Amino acid sequence: MSALTLRGWLLAESPASKAQARCQRLFIGWLAFRRNPVAVIGLLIIVSLVLIALLAPWLTLNAALEPDLANRLIPPGSQHWFGTDELGRDILDRIIWGSRITLYIVGLVSIIVVPIGLLIGVVAGYVGGWVDNVLMRLTDIFLAFPRLILAMALVAALGPGLENAVLAIALTTWSPFARIARAEALTIRNSDFILAARMQGVSTAGILARHVAPLCMSSVIVRLTLDMAGIILTAAGLGFLGLGAQPPTPEWGAMISLGRQYLIDQWWVPTMPGIAILVVSLGFNLLGDGLRDVFDPKSGGG
Amino acid sequence: MAAGSSLALPPKLVKIGGVIASLVLTFIGLTAITFTIGRVMPADPVLAIVGDRASQEVYDQVFLQLGLDKPVYIQYSKYLGQLLQGDLGTSIMTAQPVAEDILRFFPATLELATVATLLGVFVGIPMGVLAAVKQGRWPDHVVRVIGLIGYSAPIFWLGMIALLVFYAKLGWVAGPGRLDVYYDSIVDPVSGILLLDAALAGEWDIFHNALDHLILPASILGTFALAYIARMTRSFMLDQLSQEYILTARVKGMPEWQVIWGHAFRNVLVQLITIIGLTYASLLEGSVLTETIFSWPGIGLYITNSLFNNDMNAVLGGTIVVGVCFVGINMLSDLLYKLVDPRVR
Amino acid sequence: MDNSPLLSVEDLHVTYHTPTGLVQAVKGVSFDLGREKLGIVGESGSGKSQTGRAILGLTAPGGVVRAKRLEFDGINLLHADQRTLRRVRGGGISMIMQDPKYSLNPVMTVGKQIEEAFLVHSNDSKAEARRRTLEMLRAVRIREPERVYEAYPHEVSGGMGQRIMIAMMMMPEPSIIIADEPTSALDVTVQLQVLAVLDDMISERGMGLIFISHDLNLIASFCDRILIMYGGQVMEECRAAELAQAKHPYTRGLLDCLPRLDGAREELAVLQRDPVWLETRGGSQ
Repeated sequence: MSALTLRGWLLAESPASKAQARCQRLFIGWLAFRRNPVAVIGLLIIVSLVLIALLAPWLTLNAALEPDLANRLIPPGSQHWFGTDELGRDILDRIIWGSRITLYIVGLVSIIVVPIGLLIGVVAGYVGGWVDNVLMRLTDIFLAFPRLILAMALVAALGPGLENAVLAIALTTWSPFARIARAEALTIRNSDFILAARMQGVSTAGILARHVAPLCMSSVIVRLTLDMAGIILTAAGLGFLGLGAQPPTPEWGAMISLGRQYLIDQWWVPTMPGIAILVVSLGFNLLGDGLRDVFDPKSGGG
Repeated sequence: MAAGSSLALPPKLVKIGGVIASLVLTFIGLTAITFTIGRVMPADPVLAIVGDRASQEVYDQVFLQLGLDKPVYIQYSKYLGQLLQGDLGTSIMTAQPVAEDILRFFPATLELATVATLLGVFVGIPMGVLAAVKQGRWPDHVVRVIGLIGYSAPIFWLGMIALLVFYAKLGWVAGPGRLDVYYDSIVDPVSGILLLDAALAGEWDIFHNALDHLILPASILGTFALAYIARMTRSFMLDQLSQEYILTARVKGMPEWQVIWGHAFRNVLVQLITIIGLTYASLLEGSVLTETIFSWPGIGLYITNSLFNNDMNAVLGGTIVVGVCFVGINMLSDLLYKLVDPRVR
Repeated sequence: MDNSPLLSVEDLHVTYHTPTGLVQAVKGVSFDLGREKLGIVGESGSGKSQTGRAILGLTAPGGVVRAKRLEFDGINLLHADQRTLRRVRGGGISMIMQDPKYSLNPVMTVGKQIEEAFLVHSNDSKAEARRRTLEMLRAVRIREPERVYEAYPHEVSGGMGQRIMIAMMMMPEPSIIIADEPTSALDVTVQLQVLAVLDDMISERGMGLIFISHDLNLIASFCDRILIMYGGQVMEECRAAELAQAKHPYTRGLLDCLPRLDGAREELAVLQRDPVWLETRGGSQ
């Protein structure tokens, strides 16, 4: 009976194929993850974020986000759950559309940072010698720089805009990943299976791509999730300073900046976007903590 | 010391030499980056510096000054040379040397970052220890929640909410700025640190007022420091409390508080030095956003305003100063760690 | 000499509540300890270390200790309050652990740690503590006590570290020492040195010793009496001299597995485990 059910297949003693082994590992990881309720909350938050971003056109009252000056600055109520802003736009709507921007930032930064970090780290760790030294010096320099300030300087040079902000953030964030990948590569470098691959004539690039890099992935992903909150906060900070997405794009940091002058009497205008940032950031932190506990339970996570 | 090896340098010297070499290399890297940002990236670096309303003469003057007709590496060495002499260029906003402007604004940030770090240390460390000792029970959960919120909340938003609640609604603290307007310029800026200057001059009214203004932004920045320090302290303490020597201490019959503070914490202290250094350095950076909210005239506000005014020299100058401080503090705490940990000596 | 036992243990149980169920680390262990050297032998997981910790009340959190009797010097260790327990720890019963690399505080000097053991149990001055520390370091045959006093644990060798441990645990003048694998992390020659020091100190002071180890030969040669544990229970108890005549199949199995230099042997025997040995024997609870 057990071999035929999905659960049986996932818990079988000897996997029949590589795909099955992979699924099994994921499943067991999931079981361990599931035991940590706080981490599951984090996962739910992020999943909700993705869903809200995808379903934005159907979730919003006024998909076009047009100004409606007759209805400006209405406090939260039954018709506008989060109230309206200085141009009469429903704040909840703007937050929902803003989730797309948040995801865009998260996604774009990840796509830039992970490959670069992996590449530099794996090459440095595997090849060693002066290549390692040079690459690590480079990594250290970027690591040494204060993130927001460097991002600000970059945007000052390139001009404000969402893509420039993303580039700036990516340039200041890739260093830790290179370090992690390098550490893993150093450990793996002398393993027997790498030696076997070399003897079979696999090129260095092939070894790095097919054997070393995949093994670094889990640490990199955990670190990425943990850093994601910081990335979102930096992006919000840049948006707040007017250096990210430009109006009328509903980027959450920019929304706070625009609503700042209404803080005292119409508190909901700058407060609501901030809560959104807080929740998403919290979600990534919780998720990252949970993932780290699953992959590396020794790191004092309680 | 190895007797009889006359050629080998004493190990201490080698170590210090290594640190200095590291510093120099990082400084070069830093300046290379700012140089790239300032000269290489903008479409027209001269325009970036003089602004688009400058006259043709000023344009030509700066063009020659930057040596833009020469190859890049000559430009860079010129740039480096200027930096080492303390010349950060001239600000188009104030028409003063950037270095002077920064010197004027820096103490305010120093004051803010220092008080915030002290707050983070004296509140965060006990919180972390408490959470570790009572692991899994409610104090642990409370500390972790506070830590998580401090970590996840956008600091400028938190500052805003704090201003709304504690200043606008409750009136417990003073509002934005360092001092109430009518106290301005009364006290001689001896150190630039208002609290110190006011105390030295005996102007207790002003001292009190300055404190009133300082407390909210320092608390907000401090919350961030607190969250980080508490989290790391908890992690380190949990690590130490599971070690064998803790069992030894208990076997000796020592009271629990002595086991925690006299043994476990003593091992944690060494690691905390690095953490505190990191925190202080990152607060220098975090003050950018806090200063904007609280109109605190520090280097963060300076950089932000320069950005809005497209004052490239000022922005880059500020970036370098903050960058150098960042690197400097990190290296210092690294050095301190090596001095204090007996295992490394 | 006083013949009543220093320590009485009757039907000791140590149970852990884990997410995957109950783990019974110790299942009904009973023994008395006089002024003698008692060895507890067993494999990993036999519950020998847990027994030692339970006596001192230092079972890890999550573990529950139950016994019919756990008495030291007239004090009921099961129901004693924290203050009494702390007095007993160090002052009455002390423990030496396996690896001084881990069991000594790395950021405190050796001298300070040893002094601490003394000062916790007395109101004497620091000068007196220092004097006694140096004296104790000499007693464990450390040749330059002043230098070792100022040293940090990572600066001394393994053998010296263990002797420091012994010195530290002897400072408050306990009546019983529990030695939990004290020589397992040491080279063979150093082992003998450390054991010699331990032996001398115990005989001089007429103390009781509980020697926990997995090394049957070592215990047989060092101790007076032996307890053999498996699966949390005592399989057999005998005098060290009579070990070769042991009756329990587990003990016989262990003895047969030991390589011997005398006599011809074709193949080394492998211990056959009988699941019957894991069943709880006798007694309620």
